[in-house]
Amino acid sequence: MSAIAWQLLQIVLVVAVSPLITGWVRLVKSRLNGRIGASPFQPYRDIYRLLQKEAVVAHSASWIFRTAPYVTFGAVWLAACIVPAFTTNLFLAQAADLIALVALLGLARFWTALAGMDIGTSFGGLGASREMMIASLAEPAMLMVTFSLSLISGTTAPAQIIAFILSGGVGIEVSLGLALAALVMVAIAENGRIPIDNPATHLELTMVHEAMVLEYSGRHLALMEGAGMVRLTLFMALIGGLFAPWGMAQAGDGAVAVLVGLGAFLAKCFILATALGVFETSIAKMRVFRYADFLGGALLLGLLATIFLYVSEAV
Amino acid sequence: MLIAAALSALLALAVLGVAAGAEMWRHRLIYFCCMIASLVLLAGGIKHLGQTPGTGPAIVLPIGLPWLAAHFRLDNLSALFMVVVNLAAAATSAYGIGYCSHLPEPRRVTPFYPLFLFGMNAVLIADDAFMFLVAWEFMSLASWLLVLADHKNAENRHAAFVYLVMACFGTFCLLTCFGLMAGGEGAYSFPAMRAAKLDGVSGFLVVLLALLGAGSKAGLVPLHAWLPLAHPAAPSHVSALMSGVMTKVALYGLIRILFDLHGEVNWAWGAVMMVIGGITAVMGVLYAILQDDLKKLLAYSTVENIGVVMIGLGLAIAFKGSGEKTLAALALVAGLYHIVNHSIFKTLWFLSAGAVITATGERDLGKLGGLAKRMPWNGVAALVGALAIAALPPLNGFVSEWLIFQSLFKGPSLPHWAMKFGVPVVGAMLALAAALAAACFVRAYGIAFLGRPRSQAAAEAHQVPASMRLTVAFLAVMCVVLGAIPVTVTDALSHVVTPLTGVQFAVSADLGWPWLSPVSSTRGSYSGTVLVMTGLGLCAVTLMLARLLGTSRLRRADAWDCGHKEDIPQSQYTGQSFSQPLRRVFCASIFAARESVDMPDPGDNRPAELKVRVIDPIWVGLYATIGRAVDFIADLVNRIQYLTVRRYLLMMFTTLVLMLLVVAVRQNQ
Amino acid sequence: MANAQISYDIAHLIGATVLMAGFQLLYQRRLFAVLNTFAFQALALAAAAAWQAHIQHAPHLYVTAAIALVFKAMIVPIALHWLVEQLGIHRNVETAMSIGWTMMAGVALVALSILLVLPVTANATALTRESLALAMSVVLLGLLMMITRRNAVTQVVGFMALENGLILAAVSAKGMPLVVEISVAFSVLVAMTLFGIFFFRIRERFDTLDLADLETHRGDRQ
Repeated sequence: MSAIAWQLLQIVLVVAVSPLITGWVRLVKSRLNGRIGASPFQPYRDIYRLLQKEAVVAHSASWIFRTAPYVTFGAVWLAACIVPAFTTNLFLAQAADLIALVALLGLARFWTALAGMDIGTSFGGLGASREMMIASLAEPAMLMVTFSLSLISGTTAPAQIIAFILSGGVGIEVSLGLALAALVMVAIAENGRIPIDNPATHLELTMVHEAMVLEYSGRHLALMEGAGMVRLTLFMALIGGLFAPWGMAQAGDGAVAVLVGLGAFLAKCFILATALGVFETSIAKMRVFRYADFLGGALLLGLLATIFLYVSEAV
Repeated sequence: MLIAAALSALLALAVLGVAAGAEMWRHRLIYFCCMIASLVLLAGGIKHLGQTPGTGPAIVLPIGLPWLAAHFRLDNLSALFMVVVNLAAAATSAYGIGYCSHLPEPRRVTPFYPLFLFGMNAVLIADDAFMFLVAWEFMSLASWLLVLADHKNAENRHAAFVYLVMACFGTFCLLTCFGLMAGGEGAYSFPAMRAAKLDGVSGFLVVLLALLGAGSKAGLVPLHAWLPLAHPAAPSHVSALMSGVMTKVALYGLIRILFDLHGEVNWAWGAVMMVIGGITAVMGVLYAILQDDLKKLLAYSTVENIGVVMIGLGLAIAFKGSGEKTLAALALVAGLYHIVNHSIFKTLWFLSAGAVITATGERDLGKLGGLAKRMPWNGVAALVGALAIAALPPLNGFVSEWLIFQSLFKGPSLPHWAMKFGVPVVGAMLALAAALAAACFVRAYGIAFLGRPRSQAAAEAHQVPASMRLTVAFLAVMCVVLGAIPVTVTDALSHVVTPLTGVQFAVSADLGWPWLSPVSSTRGSYSGTVLVMTGLGLCAVTLMLARLLGTSRLRRADAWDCGHKEDIPQSQYTGQSFSQPLRRVFCASIFAARESVDMPDPGDNRPAELKVRVIDPIWVGLYATIGRAVDFIADLVNRIQYLTVRRYLLMMFTTLVLMLLVVAVRQNQ
Repeated sequence: MANAQISYDIAHLIGATVLMAGFQLLYQRRLFAVLNTFAFQALALAAAAAWQAHIQHAPHLYVTAAIALVFKAMIVPIALHWLVEQLGIHRNVETAMSIGWTMMAGVALVALSILLVLPVTANATALTRESLALAMSVVLLGLLMMITRRNAVTQVVGFMALENGLILAAVSAKGMPLVVEISVAFSVLVAMTLFGIFFFRIRERFDTLDLADLETHRGDRQ
């Protein structure tokens, strides 16, 4: 029963905290840029404001455009419920593993890209085309990370991997380091952060994700932005959970352990969000055709992570 | 016996098809009867799917070679493929009822269509090599005639020619392969082949020839060259059969030989097959991304999916050859699952392409657009198909790719270093192919069905007849069902796999019905059922929250587009522009893709032009070279045609003496 | 024992950092970025040597670490930086092979070195195997860099990355005498000086550092 209760808590938690995390990243970036910046709670207000506004839909839009915000948000939310944030004792932990996680994010992207092309504007097509190019390398890279993790721990389910790492079954492996590097690169690409994409830009030639959701307004835009925030939280939970699982509650642990897990999760998100803000401020965006080298590098790192397991006798 | 009746009915329908004449209702009737026959065969296949191995009905007919009666048997593997073939065939036949009146020359299609169905079904139930090859040729030639249906188009004639050459090559390889397995005594029945032991060299040759023969029919790179020419040339419902089903019959032949008749294939062949599969998958999808012709794109996507299946089959052989029977069963289930899935979603997409062509007369992506609104049924069904092909949850394509990944992840447990290093590389290729397939179908669907119409024909597209709409809807439902209840499917497949791998196997052994857990419950599991329910629940909550917290007001307006006003639909992204980033990233070296802008001088009124050059490395490197070699040899041989009578006599005399010499030498040994 | 395991794991992690820096070298497109990455690699090498000195209780390895730190992480990059500025060639790295393919070849080379190391050291422990595989990969990546980059400066960097790999192998194996390390370090310095002079000569004579242009000046070609 507790698995269902914790699952419900996680379902609420990921949506509840993700605007705060995004707000914190923005605040860190503002401060580093020498601005005072908005309160970290500003994204909540933004989303509420957007929800209040009427949605404007282009004449040429079909039903794909109108369903996309719901499907995208639902798919990302579902994906975020699978990744153990504070406890591995989740009901959905067995329903989907890391491969399904990659595919759920793929579903959200597929639908968003279609929505971008639905109106029939050149920006929408541009965004969709570039997004799919990025995904065509980022997705395999993430699957290779999954591959090496599954070789180390013998499973593809994130909850089981975390339980395995927590049980001390694995030391500081070179492969884990490589996999972490690859996963961070993928996370940057998947969340459209600098140096791949700039979440704050509206400069036509450089935007990718923004170009796809350019036509959205009102509640649709709120959901699209919300999906982006939840996705960021998801990746923080994933990186924090897989590579720094300390504090995570496990099956059979009581409410106190879960509270500790919650605290640890929020602390990890805080650290990662600060790091992201610093990283984004200190680096420049790349040219579009450098993405391939960057993400191809992530893919090869994932491959190396797998191959290196053979020398360290983990397999 | 119903099965035999249905097959004979198909033969009779072929004869009736000739007599159908110009009256459309007769054609419709024939398609309807084909559908009934397919449904009967489908029911037969389902009935025998779960039978105890070795108990399938068998029949011996006194036809064929004088010393060899024709053997037929319906075992578990045949039953599975019978389901695959006839599910799609029933759909295409139903589609044909409405579609046949839109064909330019229905009389060139109707007689051969039942023949084609007959050939494919006969391959599946043949129980001796002779009948197998006869049925195989039936299938090849009937489909060849269907490719030629629109023979006035020179491109189609070329396609049919290439197809015929490749089909001959494939049959030749299979013929030799069966000959080697039959041995000196000519034991052509399958049970005899199963019992026979192959020595090292012939065992090697049998696998090689089976891969070449069946692989050329299935479309493995580099033997795929005919496929993207021939499949699109046929009428769409036949294209659907060729792509969705005939390639599966080819894979049936491969599985029959490698897992059943041969029995003891070396694990190294598994590694070879995996690498071929990986290359086929990546190359196939890259080709597909470059296509502007909707049907060609689909044909190349078939090549990709065959590669995915090959990875599963190769893995199964590697596991089986190393004694890991359970894992072999898992990989084989994964491959078979993908075969089932591909037959459904590829049929769905080809039928949708047929509907698009019927509605607009166009198959060039650059002239389509906005069809999701004008053809809502096809719009929804094609989207479901696209999601399934792109291997996205909760649809069926994802489940089979998930299973293939799960079995791949177990690959490094094999003791061979080639596998340890090869499996991650093949895994990366498979992942790349899956991600590129998503890009490819965002492109195909987004350009054809979304956006604004790019031509007058697309703007005036109309709904297609009901039979054509209902079939795609049915197939879309199948995609959802096979994805939502994966365990039911894998349980059915495990009956097929058990006799082939010699191990009792259930994918859901640990957790029970809705949970797919291939190795054990703690080793990664998936439940399409639970995921669908939760996902729908979350989407509903999202909808409710948005309504609760905000407003549901909606206003229609012009597109904003950063303030640009784009009235002409040509300003949209086209297929070419969509694939440009992918082309630059992936195709610059493999296909030597280059772009050049032809900018007219000032004062010159002609439009500027962006030229894209793509070189197909396999056609140029392999086929064109072979073609030149054949020409060269033909030129040499040609000289012999102009000799004097005395010289011809000399040649014959020399040959005679040489032969006698050989006989003399052999006798004295 | 668990403690020793962790020390070795950390050693391997630092070794992997050196290897990653090797990949970074292949990935960079700007000359200054290449030099910075090289400095980073040398820094990681110094850390590796220092860590080995710590866990092997071999103080002479601290000297190696210091040499790597001072010469390779500071003097050489700064000198090359100055050289590049003097020559005014700081823009792009000219590649003979696209970066994607080079990196793929790099991964293949790492796989190759793992394959080579495994049977040779079948009797050795996993710890030695991993260090050897890492070091060998770094050496091969250095070689790869030398053959896939046209620019003479990048070739020098590739050569020194190769040396880094050798030193990584040397510090990981127990009991390597100090003399060798000093000689290795000096050979690098000498090589750098030589290459420096060489650059100026090439530049003076032919006004380019692209080696492809030198091909036309070969005597045996007409």
